Formats: sequence, structure tokens, C-alpha cells
Amino acid sequence: MTLPATSEASSSSVRPDRAASLPLGRLLVRTPGALPILTFVAILLVWEGATRLFGVPSYVLPAPSRIATGFDAVSIERWSTHVWSTLRVALMGYFISIVVALPLAVLLTRSEVVNKALYPILVVIQSTPVVAVAPIIIVVLGSGDAPRVVITFLIAFFPLVVSTATGMLATPRELIELSRSLRAPAWREITQIRLPFAIPYIFSALKISITLAVIGAVVAEFVAADTGLGFFIQFSTSMFRLPEAWAGLGLLVLLSLILFQLVTVAQRAFFPWSLPRSPR
Amino acid sequence: MPADLAPAPGPAATPASIRFDRVGQIFDTETGPLEALRDVTFAIDRHEFVAVLGPSGCGKSTLLRIIAGLIAPTAGQVEVFGLPVTRPRDDIGIVFQKPTLLPWANVEDNVVFPIRHTRGRVGSADRERARKLLSMVGLEGFERRLPDELSGGMQQRVGIARALLMDPDILLMDEPFSALDALTREEMGFELLRIWEARPKTVLFITHSISEAVLLADRVLVMGARPGTIVEDDIVPLPRPRGLETTKNAVMHDFAGHLRSLLLKRAA
Repeated sequence: MTLPATSEASSSSVRPDRAASLPLGRLLVRTPGALPILTFVAILLVWEGATRLFGVPSYVLPAPSRIATGFDAVSIERWSTHVWSTLRVALMGYFISIVVALPLAVLLTRSEVVNKALYPILVVIQSTPVVAVAPIIIVVLGSGDAPRVVITFLIAFFPLVVSTATGMLATPRELIELSRSLRAPAWREITQIRLPFAIPYIFSALKISITLAVIGAVVAEFVAADTGLGFFIQFSTSMFRLPEAWAGLGLLVLLSLILFQLVTVAQRAFFPWSLPRSPR
Repeated sequence: MPADLAPAPGPAATPASIRFDRVGQIFDTETGPLEALRDVTFAIDRHEFVAVLGPSGCGKSTLLRIIAGLIAPTAGQVEVFGLPVTRPRDDIGIVFQKPTLLPWANVEDNVVFPIRHTRGRVGSADRERARKLLSMVGLEGFERRLPDELSGGMQQRVGIARALLMDPDILLMDEPFSALDALTREEMGFELLRIWEARPKTVLFITHSISEAVLLADRVLVMGARPGTIVEDDIVPLPRPRGLETTKNAVMHDFAGHLRSLLLKRAA
């Protein structure tokens, strides 16, 4: 440890990752967030350099510095209106997905009749390209938040249903037998055994669905909206203000990332036992 | 009044703990009917420790699940304490092959789980009993640990404490130590005997280990496979209490040899 230069050869023979045993590599690996941020900065630098070097026009690919000025061209108030509009629809669709999907998954696993009757319909809904249905939904439900929330819901709920049902059916047989041998009420078998056992599955789906919810909100805005990041990107593109469109896209990605991280943090905070533990 | 007219209290008057009368079990499977048990008849006395020994797939676990009231036999009669088994009973505890604890609950919460599961809430008296049971199975100080942080043997101790929580009269054990390493397995066997001697219970202990059956049980039922039937019913000729010295006993080796030849003959 005190002589990294000489110990490097011996330690790298046991460790597969040679860079991690160099002092700088070790520092980077140990500092949380250091490596992804460095990678990101490197990509931005290459991007900036390449667009300048090859003179790429900004409507093809604006340099990061041009995107920054595009971001500046729009007031913070307008940005926050767009962000809030998209966020609101995504979150509403997401929460409705959860509220619908969990009971639905319970029903699907409890009753053979419900399973046989509903599951094919769910698959049909999932197989229907929501993007194609979106204009119809807008016509039917008008131009408020409602149609956009419905579109978001349709895109986000299916993984939740399938994962929750799978998790509930993956409960060890012995625990179900224990529950039956205790003659406990059936609803406690669900709340105290099956649903908790499905938590890791539910969180996998929650992570997928939150990003799908953002996609759903944007798709809805593409079809009919006068606000929101999806609307803004489409509008800016049609006005040939590409740097602004890229700035909107950047915010959208950031929004998605933050929401995804919030789900991850919630899992770590409330269900630490459900995190995967095996070494990579 | 002559004493022999009134039912005298005590073991003589109590009906057998568990009684099987020509029990058969046929399962409907996708490949057709599967006969798991045929014509199984035996009786187990109160506080008797009986081992069921047999090759895998001989219907040992089916036998246990029938007693637990989890499956209804397709033929014959099953009685527990003189009453036909129609559904699970309160006075039966089950220890499974895998400890199958709740991964999100700590050791103490896992032990009191049967109470939370049936009554919805857990009182301080229940927790007190759980802690006593945990110290009895040698897990004092581990109450707040998660199952994940325990070894396989410790997890199975938690499973045993959980099965003992309701102080059942009958303890059903489905190859409880088969997932453990040989040393831990032997140690757990002696531990179980100690618990059983402190709190006598009727124990039905399913195993495929001859030495485990001989070392622990008063009586060994040997099962043959396909369909599962009882092929031998022997009293274990070893004195109690049993311990490490018992394993060196010549009688034990003779008896184990007798069971082994029986199982090998069936397999051949």
C-alpha cells in the first residue's frame, strides 16, 4: 500500500482490473460519481471539438456550447412551465399505473377465472402501439391533462402488472404452506408474504415504468399539447431552432434520470433487504 | 366406582397422536395419475419420536403434508388425537427442509411471524416467548439480525424456534437438516434431542439419513418407493439420553446396518 509503484505488478496479477490498482485509478474508483462524470465530460469535449473541427452545422449537430446558448435563449419561467407540465403528466400516469397494476396483479394471481379472462386483454393492450392510438385518445378525451395521463398510463402499467404477478408467484412454496397450516386469512397471505416477496420484482418494474412514463408524457405532447418538453422540442425543431430543441432534450433526459434515481433511492431507503447482493 | 370404568387421565387414555389407516394418495399429474402412497397404516403415540426413512420420491413429504392437513388423502383415514384431519390444526408445528424465513424480517420477527400472521398483531408476551425460544436454540443476541446474515444452521434454528412458538403437541420435520454440512447436522440433531427432552412432543422426523434416524428416533418407519408404502416398523434398541457416545455404540451400528440392508434390498 505504501509503495504502489512496486506493489502494482503483484497486485495486478490477482486483480483483473489493472487500472484500478494504479493510484489514480484507485482514487477514481473509490470516489463515488467520479468515473461517470469524467466519462461524461470527456464525451462533451470530444463532441465540442469534433463539431468545431469538422464545421458541423448546428441543425445537424449543435456543439454543447451552442446547446448551452440555446438553453439561455429561453427564460427559466418558460422552462419550468414546460418541465412541470411534462413532470405532472408523467407522475400522474405513473401513480395511476401503480394503483391499477398492483391490485390487478393480485387479482390475476388469485383467481384462475380473472387470469384467463383478463390476461389476453392485457396482452392485446400492450401489443397495441400506444403512439398509434394516441391521436384517437386525444379526440375522445379532449385536450386537457386527461388524455395525456391515459396515454402515459397505457405505456407504463404493463411491466408493473407482469412483474408484480411474477414476484407473487415466485414466493417459496414452504411459506405458503406455513400460511395455510396456520389457517391465516387469505388476504394476509397476500399482504404479509406474497406482496413483500414481490418487492424486488416490483421495484425492477417501477424503475422501468418511471422512464416509460416520461416517454408516455412526451408522446402525448407530440400528438396534442401547447406546453411540455415534448411539445417544446417539436415546436423548436419546426422553427429550426435546433440548439433549443437539444436543450429541451437535455432537460428531458435529466428529468428521466432524476426520477429513476428517486425510485432507486426509495428502494434503498425503505427496502434495503430487496437489493441484489451477489457480487458482480 | 372401579377405576377401570372411568377413563383414567394420563398417556394410557389418550388416543394415538397420529393414526394412519390404509391411507392412499394419488396425484393427478400432466403425465397421468401418480400413486404417491398406498395402503399406509401406522400409529404414533403421544410424545413419541418417530423417524420416517426412505429413498427420495417415496412419498415421505406427502405423508407429512397429509398430517399437516395441507393435502387430503384420496383413500383411507387419518386421525390426529382421535379426530379425522380435515384441515390444518393449531397444535402442529412444521419445520421445512429449507428454513424459508422472511428475508425482510429480523430473527425475532421471523419467530413471532405465525402470531402476526394469524392474529394480526404481536404482544410483548409473544416477543418474550420468542426470545426464550431463541436462547433455547442457541441464538441469544441474534434477535435483531436479518436471516441473510446467519449461517444455514442458524437459519434452521430460527425455523425450529418459529415452529415451536405456538408450543405445538406435534412437530413435523421434513428433512430439516439435509441442507446442512455434516458437522452442523450432527450438532443440530443433538440440539433437537435436548429440546425434545425439555419439552416432550410427538415428533415425526423425515430423513433419508440412516444414522440420523437411528440416533434421534424411538422408532423408525422405513418406506419403499413407487408407490410409497411402509415396509418396516422398528423400535430403535438404544437407551436415552443419547449423545456423542451413542454414535460409538455397537448396537447402533448393527441396527443401522439392518436398516441399510433393508433399503438396499428394496432398491435392488
